[in-house]
Amino acid sequence: MGRGRLPRATFGMSDAVAIRLTVNGARVERLVAPRLNLVDFLRDELGLTGTHWSCEHGACGACTVLIDGALARGCLVFAIQLDGANVETIEGLTESGALAEVQAAFHARNAVQCGFCSAGMLLAADALLRRNPEPSREQIRAALSGNYCRCTGYHAIVDAVADAARERARRKP
Amino acid sequence: MKAPPFRYARPQTLDAALRLLADEGAGARLIAGGQSLVPALNMRLLEPTLLIDINGLAELTGIAETASGIRVGALTRHAALGASAIVARRTPLLAAAVPFIAHEAIRNRGTFGGSLAQADPAAELPACAVALGARLEIAGPGGRRRVAAHDFFRGVYETALGRDEILVAAEIPAQPGATLFLELARRQGDYAIAGLAGWAALDRSRITDARLVFFGTDIRAVEARAASAALATSLDAAATALDRDLAPVADLNASAAMKRHLARVLLRRACAAAVTHAA
Repeated sequence: MGRGRLPRATFGMSDAVAIRLTVNGARVERLVAPRLNLVDFLRDELGLTGTHWSCEHGACGACTVLIDGALARGCLVFAIQLDGANVETIEGLTESGALAEVQAAFHARNAVQCGFCSAGMLLAADALLRRNPEPSREQIRAALSGNYCRCTGYHAIVDAVADAARERARRKP
Repeated sequence: MKAPPFRYARPQTLDAALRLLADEGAGARLIAGGQSLVPALNMRLLEPTLLIDINGLAELTGIAETASGIRVGALTRHAALGASAIVARRTPLLAAAVPFIAHEAIRNRGTFGGSLAQADPAAELPACAVALGARLEIAGPGGRRRVAAHDFFRGVYETALGRDEILVAAEIPAQPGATLFLELARRQGDYAIAGLAGWAALDRSRITDARLVFFGTDIRAVEARAASAALATSLDAAATALDRDLAPVADLNASAAMKRHLARVLLRRACAAAVTHAA
């Protein structure tokens, strides 16, 4: 959510409005039109193409990102709303190692078919494991219910998340 | 698709937001969590001239315990509502409903006030607000007014909220009985085909008072007064009386007759579970 550093004026539809935010730990400053979506901002302005466009109305989860640490739909927020926010994408979370166990488990379980949903699945799985380190298969399914895999590879994905939970528990000191 | 072009404002006070609404007239739309509005923009179902972002309005935030219950700011995120100890203690029905609202990513941004103002007939929170007897605090150019949740919801996406008004908060009395909450959906997170939100006061295993509100069946959340009253007699009497309360509307998921059937199923299941739990 924005931090209100924008001036109080109303911005015109063609105005380029300066926003400053943190994306994957880096400070970013860009000019955006009000209608520019976060997903287009990430892909077109920053070249971060791991966040995918699919349904464009919040149903499929392919555009899942973290905003201020919380799971969010990238397609349901405008970049102009994120002045001052902290956004993390699949690229940043891969680089930091935050998703390492989940990614390894997806690889080992062949839980990636075409791969289009994978970024969103990984973020949703990680969000689940952070709040519930030992989920049941039903809880895994419920947590991933907002992310569609059109290859329908759900069994392998649930297996992978269950494996990742065990691996995280094993590594925990 | 992409959202159509719009002008954007991010007022810092409720007064400034109200002025923007009044000045812009019919083309203005408020954006809070945006989880229903942005899909409508992306699908070009709406083409507002001005989007007024109310996320900066401190007056609309917070959950507080009051003498009679709780006060929930309109900007409260679903996730915060579900995580609140005050909500769990004073109005456990709301806490029970939150996990059924869409998905985690949506619950992190979607707001309590946004859900009420959107008035989707299949949404959970409008039904809870009616069941709990919430009073909604509304700010407008002429000052504040309060509307009972029962009178607030008028129809599909229709409420008592004027074009120049902003929903500020809900004052919700403490829940007077055990939680009744069930919903049927094809998949976790989908809108309900039929849902029941309510409470029942029990004397040992006898229901002495109850309020049942159904969602996903009619054009709005409907208080089932005849069925609620008949619960003191028997479950069968309540299930029969429910026919007088509901006027189900068919949708893509179910016919009106099926919704009527499912509402009876929910009534029996929820009330039987509450009685068993109390015994």
